[in-house]
Amino acid sequence: MKLIFERSVADRALTLLPECDVEKTVLPEGMARTQALRLPEVGECDISRHYTELAKCAHGVNDGFYPLGSCTMKYNPKVNEQAAALEGFTEIHPLQPQSTLQGALKALVLSEELLCEITGMDNMSFQPAAGAHGEFAGIMLIKAYHESRGDTKRTKIIVPDSAHGTNPASANMAGYTVVSIPSNEDGCVDIEKLKAAVGEDTAGLMLTNPNTVGVFDKNILEITKIVHEAGGLNYYDGANLNAIMGVVRPGDMGFDVIHLNLHKTFSTPHGGGGPGSGAVGCKSLLTPFLPLPRAIKNGDKYELLTESELSFGRMKEFYGNFLVVIKALTYVLTLGAEGIREAAQIAVLNANYMMHELADCYEMAYPGYCMHEFVMTLENTKKQYGVSAMDVAKSLIDHGIHPPTMYFPLIVHEALMVEPTETESKETLDEAVAALRDIAEMTVNNAEAVISAPHTTPISRPDEVMAARSPKLRYEF
Amino acid sequence: MGSYIQSTKAQQQEMLQKIGCKSVEELFSNVPADMALQRPLDIPRGMSESSVMKYMQNMSEENTVFKTVLRGAGAYRHYIPAIVKSVVSKEEFVTAYTPYQAEMSQGILQSIFEYQTMICELTGMDVSNASVYDGASAAAEAVAMCSERKRSKAYISACSNPDVIETVKTYCKGNGMTVELIPENDGATDLDALAAMLGEGAACVYIPQPNYYGIFEDLTKAAEITHNAGAKLIAGCNPIALAMIKTPKECGADIAVGEGQPLGLPIAFGGPYLGFMASTTAMMRKLPGRIVGETVDHDGRRAYVLTLQAREQHIRREKASSNICSNQAHCALTAAVYMAAMGADGLYNVAEQSMSKAHYFAQKLSEIGYELAYTKPYFHEFVTVGVNNTAEALAKLEENGILGGLQLDDNRILWCVTEAVTKEELDKAAAILEEVGK
Repeated sequence: MKLIFERSVADRALTLLPECDVEKTVLPEGMARTQALRLPEVGECDISRHYTELAKCAHGVNDGFYPLGSCTMKYNPKVNEQAAALEGFTEIHPLQPQSTLQGALKALVLSEELLCEITGMDNMSFQPAAGAHGEFAGIMLIKAYHESRGDTKRTKIIVPDSAHGTNPASANMAGYTVVSIPSNEDGCVDIEKLKAAVGEDTAGLMLTNPNTVGVFDKNILEITKIVHEAGGLNYYDGANLNAIMGVVRPGDMGFDVIHLNLHKTFSTPHGGGGPGSGAVGCKSLLTPFLPLPRAIKNGDKYELLTESELSFGRMKEFYGNFLVVIKALTYVLTLGAEGIREAAQIAVLNANYMMHELADCYEMAYPGYCMHEFVMTLENTKKQYGVSAMDVAKSLIDHGIHPPTMYFPLIVHEALMVEPTETESKETLDEAVAALRDIAEMTVNNAEAVISAPHTTPISRPDEVMAARSPKLRYEF
Repeated sequence: MGSYIQSTKAQQQEMLQKIGCKSVEELFSNVPADMALQRPLDIPRGMSESSVMKYMQNMSEENTVFKTVLRGAGAYRHYIPAIVKSVVSKEEFVTAYTPYQAEMSQGILQSIFEYQTMICELTGMDVSNASVYDGASAAAEAVAMCSERKRSKAYISACSNPDVIETVKTYCKGNGMTVELIPENDGATDLDALAAMLGEGAACVYIPQPNYYGIFEDLTKAAEITHNAGAKLIAGCNPIALAMIKTPKECGADIAVGEGQPLGLPIAFGGPYLGFMASTTAMMRKLPGRIVGETVDHDGRRAYVLTLQAREQHIRREKASSNICSNQAHCALTAAVYMAAMGADGLYNVAEQSMSKAHYFAQKLSEIGYELAYTKPYFHEFVTVGVNNTAEALAKLEENGILGGLQLDDNRILWCVTEAVTKEELDKAAAILEEVGK
């Protein structure tokens, strides 16, 4: 595929703006850029075809099955997009008078109410722009809470070794030392190890439940209690909330603070890597520390709360990825109480069905019922046939299926983590099962074909080592 | 009402049977009963698509959309070409995740590579990442990049957007850096004061270009002073202005960041926007977030991949300098399509028209008592003083469908004019203000 710069032809351009209708102002002496700005010189037809060609070499949920574990790639309903494209949302300035923003503020307040009920939290801020940003906000809440009490000796955040990499990175960004505790054999928190790790220096625990191996940790009340008794707070990573919506709530498991990935659980599209929304929710004891400004209801008016002595500060400009919140709100209103619960139930049913249908040809890292996702280990396949998790993943691409998450969680060797989500039909699941069974058979009979996959894509197995060793990060004219 | 579930009840039963389960509830047997929710969620019943659309439409109409916007302060309404909206609504782009699987994501990876190139061209810098959340978090991430064992002080211009200052402070609460504000003098950063402030321990200096008041800063001088103290210069740039003014690289900046919203994104109540971030090659391995690189595949074909991942959280975990993973990829795509549609000349035209119209309006305003607060050259924003009934004046504009400037205090107003506003609209606004003043 040509780069857009390679389509450039001197003096080709679009006509987009009228002639300037006022006298032109001249830039002061010495201010002008001397380096030529080399943007592509293309026509509208060029642009349209260029990006259509790029789009053909991309795969979204719209293109096919996308069982990327821990990412909840459910279908992105179109009505969400339509709502977020309403002029009354897209064309309002963030610094308009609040009396002219009642709809926008109401949308934030309503989203907070609905998502707090679903998670068992008391308040929420939509300022964080993505999951990791929400994690940072959540840990800063914990930090602000301890500091407000003069409890400055709490310098450690406990994170299980099964956690997503953002958890320790977020704790570190907030200035905490990370204590990693090993998981036990069933992938859950090792209670004894946790007991040994907590103490006067414990600021909090970061956990997701169901955990990253797709298992609901049934000791969760004991776990959160151990942390509370040590004086720490419990942080819930909302990455896996899709499994339990309407069934059980993080707030009822003993968690004090939570972040949500609206771009996972609440069906907003991921846009090839964002924008997401990492709403951060908390129990009322942490509300005063939330980032500001925050939309609130005051009588029959909506307004922005801009000052609170205890707020830990601001995360970004303005109020967050507002249009993403609009999409999530549209989704929750569409599903309602019953639909939300049903989504979780079918997400879990679909995962268990796929797991069951594959159990005789793939080794499951944690047999038994799973929640919304399951983890397979290709460790033995690799030893026996030289076919790795990566090879199986690449081979799936030839079947038009986006591979599962590879090599995560780190505690499972040669891991493939499969999350089908509730929006996939039984037919799609059956096709994926058939594809994976095919690959399993090929692994035994013709391993080389799996190892050299994919065979149907524009490129195959790019050289990542070369990319990192001699970085070429821009087009050279 | 709809849950987008496609399997029928019969199929669900069939699946349960295969698993060997009587009901879906059985699959949740690990959830202790005393903890499980014993009631339906207390949220409204689901709505049909047509009802929910009506509901959202009504809610959106409770907001006022101003026909004319003379307010910026971090959010700028420019014209968005039709091709931009068309391209970015392609569902392959909208509904994909981060391009982890290069074979299935060449389109997205290449679009990011092109975006990175355009940002390098715009800023003059060597390397760009794939974007961060917005201009303020980009500034905060840039400050964090400059932290060294013996250098932990960040100096931020008091002429920065207040949201940028606050966001940098938040990040610094976590990473142990300290923040000092460089004072303002006649609407610009006081560089003499900066020279006197900088000492051992200075990690970086952040200067906006143009600044919050619209004024052009002397970035070249700022770079000289900063480098003399052994610190790094971060320039926070308006991307439209960069089409005409000296690039951060030409001025000697080490890192260039900025709010990319003016590049084709709607003002949308503040988000989603786009943080762009570029640096010198020397600082490349400190850049946070995703970066796309060119390589070849096993048959020697040109290919694009996520690269330099040894910097990132999924490899480094608690040793990563940033936790960012999801960024604003779709907004970066929007900016890239916008820049392709505009081209260098078109972007220059946007900058020149915005600046010219701002100066035209400032002249109009000065004729009716709104004097420029500062004497220094400015881009498309400026501050006026001299009229005491500013709240009344702004309210009158609003009644007429015009969102006036942002009131900074009792008699200072921060105005913004972009190319999207016509001379006729400016004349109308001036006439209304003149009427209020009488």
